[in-house]
Amino acid sequence: MIELNRVSRSFTVGDQQVAALRDIDLNIAAGDYVSIMGPSGSGKSTLLNLIGLLDRPSSGTYRLDGGNVTDLSDEQQARVRSEKVGFVFQAFHLVPRLTAAMNIELPLILAGIPAAERKARVAELLENYGLADRADHRPDQLSGGQRQRVAIARATSMRPTVLLADEPTGNLDQTTGKEVMNLLEQLVAQQVTLIVVTHDPAIGGRAARQVRMVDGQITGESNSSASP
Amino acid sequence: MKFIDVLQFALGSLRGSRARTLLMILAMSIGVAAVVVLTGLGEGARRYVVNQFSSLGTNLLIVFPGRTETAGFGPGMLVGQIPREITLDDAQALLRSRAIGRIAPLTVGASQISKDALNREVAVLGSTADLLEVRHMNLGQGQFLPAGDVHASESVCVLGAKLKRELFGQQNAIGAWVRLGDRRFRVIGVLALQGESMGFNTDEIVIVPVASAHMLFNTSGLFRILVEAKSRDAIAQAKHDAEQIMSERHNGERDVTVITQDAVLATFDRILRALTLAVGGIAAISLSVAGILIMNVMLIAVSQRVREIGLLKALGAPAAQIRNLFFAEAILLSGIGSVAGLILGEIGTRVIAQIYPALPVSAPWWAVLAAFGTALGTGILFSVWPARRAARLDPVMALARS
Repeated sequence: MIELNRVSRSFTVGDQQVAALRDIDLNIAAGDYVSIMGPSGSGKSTLLNLIGLLDRPSSGTYRLDGGNVTDLSDEQQARVRSEKVGFVFQAFHLVPRLTAAMNIELPLILAGIPAAERKARVAELLENYGLADRADHRPDQLSGGQRQRVAIARATSMRPTVLLADEPTGNLDQTTGKEVMNLLEQLVAQQVTLIVVTHDPAIGGRAARQVRMVDGQITGESNSSASP
Repeated sequence: MKFIDVLQFALGSLRGSRARTLLMILAMSIGVAAVVVLTGLGEGARRYVVNQFSSLGTNLLIVFPGRTETAGFGPGMLVGQIPREITLDDAQALLRSRAIGRIAPLTVGASQISKDALNREVAVLGSTADLLEVRHMNLGQGQFLPAGDVHASESVCVLGAKLKRELFGQQNAIGAWVRLGDRRFRVIGVLALQGESMGFNTDEIVIVPVASAHMLFNTSGLFRILVEAKSRDAIAQAKHDAEQIMSERHNGERDVTVITQDAVLATFDRILRALTLAVGGIAAISLSVAGILIMNVMLIAVSQRVREIGLLKALGAPAAQIRNLFFAEAILLSGIGSVAGLILGEIGTRVIAQIYPALPVSAPWWAVLAAFGTALGTGILFSVWPARRAARLDPVMALARS
């Protein structure tokens, strides 16, 4: 499903080349639940952005669903993101002026899906994530957990095959964080590939497959028996 | 993304920052309103002058004997020839032209007018029934010269308002007799008070049928023929025809001069139109300032909404879509601003029209169109850069911005 082959990514800072990722080889099968852990600056977010096609590797190849997506144009990348990838961010990234329902609807609007179908899907998602009575609330009228539920509903509205979560519990207390993780893990049961980036071992440890990164390199991998 | 969704999204983000949107619309509408009001004023001044001229008579041409040559040396000068006079039949012949609507021959002279013991020197105008219409005179009482045969020398006269007051005071003058030279005339009408125009104070004249005037002064020639062209467009044709007909009747000699009131008017028209364009242009500068304001505000909007742009990209919006969203916003802003400006300008012109009722203020349609077009144009033009900037944002950097 996801095949990274000797992928590197370096940034130019001033007149220096800084390598964020070095020769990453990573294969993730469809329906996998993977956590990527490491200290800050280890390149785990860069890796996630590469997988989500928000960024391009400096070298190496990336194959998604069997197709080479390394050198897609801006527009092609956007289409793949729209159809196959869902993002969940630490800071939720909800549009403050839009209601919960409209935030969830946003990817559907951008994809040009007819209004009637949009309404039906949004209503279903609001129901599934227990947000039906919060549909017309704006983000600042929602609790942190509710905001992240809206964000997850939005990420899944286009029924992506890959869900990328960057520190999804970083801005939440422990109880709410667990609830959010449960919601994400339910998606794995529906054959969604879930990749969670975190520095928190308690969160990362929940994944079936755990990848550890230091300084832009994969340093180890383990399979948890306690996977759901 | 569907067009209607683009519009709705843009409207949503405009509503999201109300103060910014209102200020932008205000700037835009002031620019548009300035163009509308200032060109309206210029156009009003132009129409005011045109109206003043038409109050003398519309589409007026004046035919008079003799030809003023500014250069050259005519054979007539050698023998001391005086120009051939224009006869009443010459005047009637002008009506053959299809471009000419009405004519009024004029003979002038001075005579003694007396009523009982009162008498004074007076300017006598010999003309026909059409003079009233051609010169746009107003009748105060009674009736004007009778229509019919222009050669009939009926003994009737119409008095100027001031003259009537001098001779009759508050008494009724209609039907009374006055003596002009050696003939008696019955007063059939009195002109309304209207003051001086085109060198004649019509309040102190007496008007008699042209044939009577000829008898009174023992002449047969005309002093002037006032010619009214059928329309403004027919003036040139009327002038040409008048010269043609006169020269045919005078053995091919071009011995009359035809001047048009329109020639003078056209000069004023040109000057004032240029003035209107100039003030309109100055107002358009304020429009382009509003355009730059839009650019500034859109740039601020882009940097304020970096995270949102990053998010839209992460959710699968290609660069072109993001550009369109910002474009739509700018077009909506300038569109709403223009409409508000047109309304504001309309109110402004009405207020001015209330304060100065004599000035027919109203913006010409081309200025309204130009203002609207310029506003929309600058709005779109000045949003190109901000929209491109938004579209080019790197999503990773945009999302990381806190």
